[in-house]
Amino acid sequence: MNANATIAKSAAIEKRKRKWASIKRDKYLYLLGLPGLLCLILFKYYPMWGILIAFKDFSPFLGFFDSPWVGLKHFDLFFNHPDFWLLMRNTLAINLMSLVFFFPIPILLSLMLNEVRVEVFKRTIQSIVYLPHFLSWVIIAGLTFTMFATGEGLINKILESLGFSRIEWLTTTEYFWAFLTGQTIWKEAGWGTVLFLAAMANIDPTLYEAAKMDGASRMRQMWHITVPAIRNIIVILLILKMGDMMDVGFEQVFLMKNAAVSSVAEVFDTYVYRVGVRQGLLSYTTAVGLFKSFVGLVLVLGANKLAKRYGGQGFF
Amino acid sequence: MKESLGERIFSYTNHILLLIIGLVSLFPFYYVVVVSFTDPSEYMKSSFILFPKQWSTAAYQYILSTNVFIRSLGVSSYLAIVGTALSLMVSAAFGYMLSRKRLFGRKFLITALVITILFSPGIIPNFLVVKDLHLVNTLWSIILPGLLNSWNALLLKTFFDGIPESLEESAFVDGANDIRIFFQIILPLSLPALAAFGLFFAVGYWNTFFNAILYISDSSKYPLQVLLQGMLLQAETGIADPGVAAQLSAERTVPPETIKMAAVVIATVPILVVYPFLQKHFAKGVMLGSVKE
Repeated sequence: MNANATIAKSAAIEKRKRKWASIKRDKYLYLLGLPGLLCLILFKYYPMWGILIAFKDFSPFLGFFDSPWVGLKHFDLFFNHPDFWLLMRNTLAINLMSLVFFFPIPILLSLMLNEVRVEVFKRTIQSIVYLPHFLSWVIIAGLTFTMFATGEGLINKILESLGFSRIEWLTTTEYFWAFLTGQTIWKEAGWGTVLFLAAMANIDPTLYEAAKMDGASRMRQMWHITVPAIRNIIVILLILKMGDMMDVGFEQVFLMKNAAVSSVAEVFDTYVYRVGVRQGLLSYTTAVGLFKSFVGLVLVLGANKLAKRYGGQGFF
Repeated sequence: MKESLGERIFSYTNHILLLIIGLVSLFPFYYVVVVSFTDPSEYMKSSFILFPKQWSTAAYQYILSTNVFIRSLGVSSYLAIVGTALSLMVSAAFGYMLSRKRLFGRKFLITALVITILFSPGIIPNFLVVKDLHLVNTLWSIILPGLLNSWNALLLKTFFDGIPESLEESAFVDGANDIRIFFQIILPLSLPALAAFGLFFAVGYWNTFFNAILYISDSSKYPLQVLLQGMLLQAETGIADPGVAAQLSAERTVPPETIKMAAVVIATVPILVVYPFLQKHFAKGVMLGSVKE
């Protein structure tokens, strides 16, 4: 008994010694990672502390510690506020639109590009459709205004010179979600093909040759060889998209938002920015942000579980 | 083997559709460039322009003579250069540290990094930290919080995973320490990957908008995107700073529309310049992160 305990104790000491020896040996390695570690602590973990102000009536004058605790007051307020349902509806609607109308397009586009036999043509189209991905949302919004604005927009100028009346594309609530989806398609559809095309490039060409020998048409080759090769990626991206349902890009919506469409445009992040940063309701909007982050986390973990079940491999 | 009629139709339709997609992608750029070079008097006279009869660089001359535009170009260039250099250094060093399997606490640190990808405390807590650190209205408010991008650090770790530890051993025998090994052996070996990440960081800094409107209210420190937002969308959102608006619309001989388009062109040119290099690397970058198969 006693001897065993002594052995266990000395083993523990030995282990600790080795631990310290290894830390000492790698001290320069830690030093190398130190700036990154400081950033991680200061800008990723220190703000987590600030989540607590969602449960306080935070006032910058009183400071963090002296601001009174109020429990779930701000969550109560938010869940019973009509804004809550508005934000939920807009967020889900924008994401569903993107799922239905944006998601299939990179798949179709990569199938189309894959069928092009003239390499120069393929490369050129690829270069053109990838480019918008690298532009800022400010530029994209600017281009949208240039095309669709009521006064100076090209489309309306053409409509008018053809004798039609101008259409208020950007200030009509019915069009707003469609415009966001259209922008996303224009900006990201090309870029979205990168993964699919890479997977298609790995397909063994003898498969196509064999299919051709058997008399399979191009369409049938596409359906039976190309599509199965990208099916896993489609499923994984679809699952990832599910994990993203609470997220709508702040910049895109913020830039396209205007007074006329605010009822369909407000999403969680723009709301937090307007009510929190601009109007100073910090505790309330921290609660709103926390709600969004929390649901987002649950969705991502759920999606990951689903991915593991489907492909036997998660993302983390 | 000869293609059947059906296959030829399929192939032609496919090419034509792709051509149309290409044109739709290009057209806004074409139109912006055309308007920016259209002679002011012609622009004001015609109902719309698809190809100008008279070319002019008036809009460019005007915009490049305004202090605010030049200043914002300077701010964005500073962010792109300093921010990229620092982000690359910090993220690469951190990623390298995490890639060495002998490191004590490695699993813990990787988990800590992944958690920050999965869960964000939200806009307000981040905002308050930057405020507490007195970074508001300095360009550090844009650079420092983004210095360690968790996702990119993880990608860099994955990249360094591929560099065998045996490579360091001979250097250790020669008495070099980890810092020297990193700078003299590892980094030179990783130049293509670093170039790729650097380009992505640079594009990110050049396009930075959200952090800038969150933390910077002093118009003399506006990055280009914030200035552009004020110029392009002022009819809808209202320009943030009346002084800036006044200076940008002071000149009446050049129509605001052509000035705006010239600004868009100038803001896009740096992206176009690095684009061929981006294109060379990006497939690799995406693959590194997304497919483990």
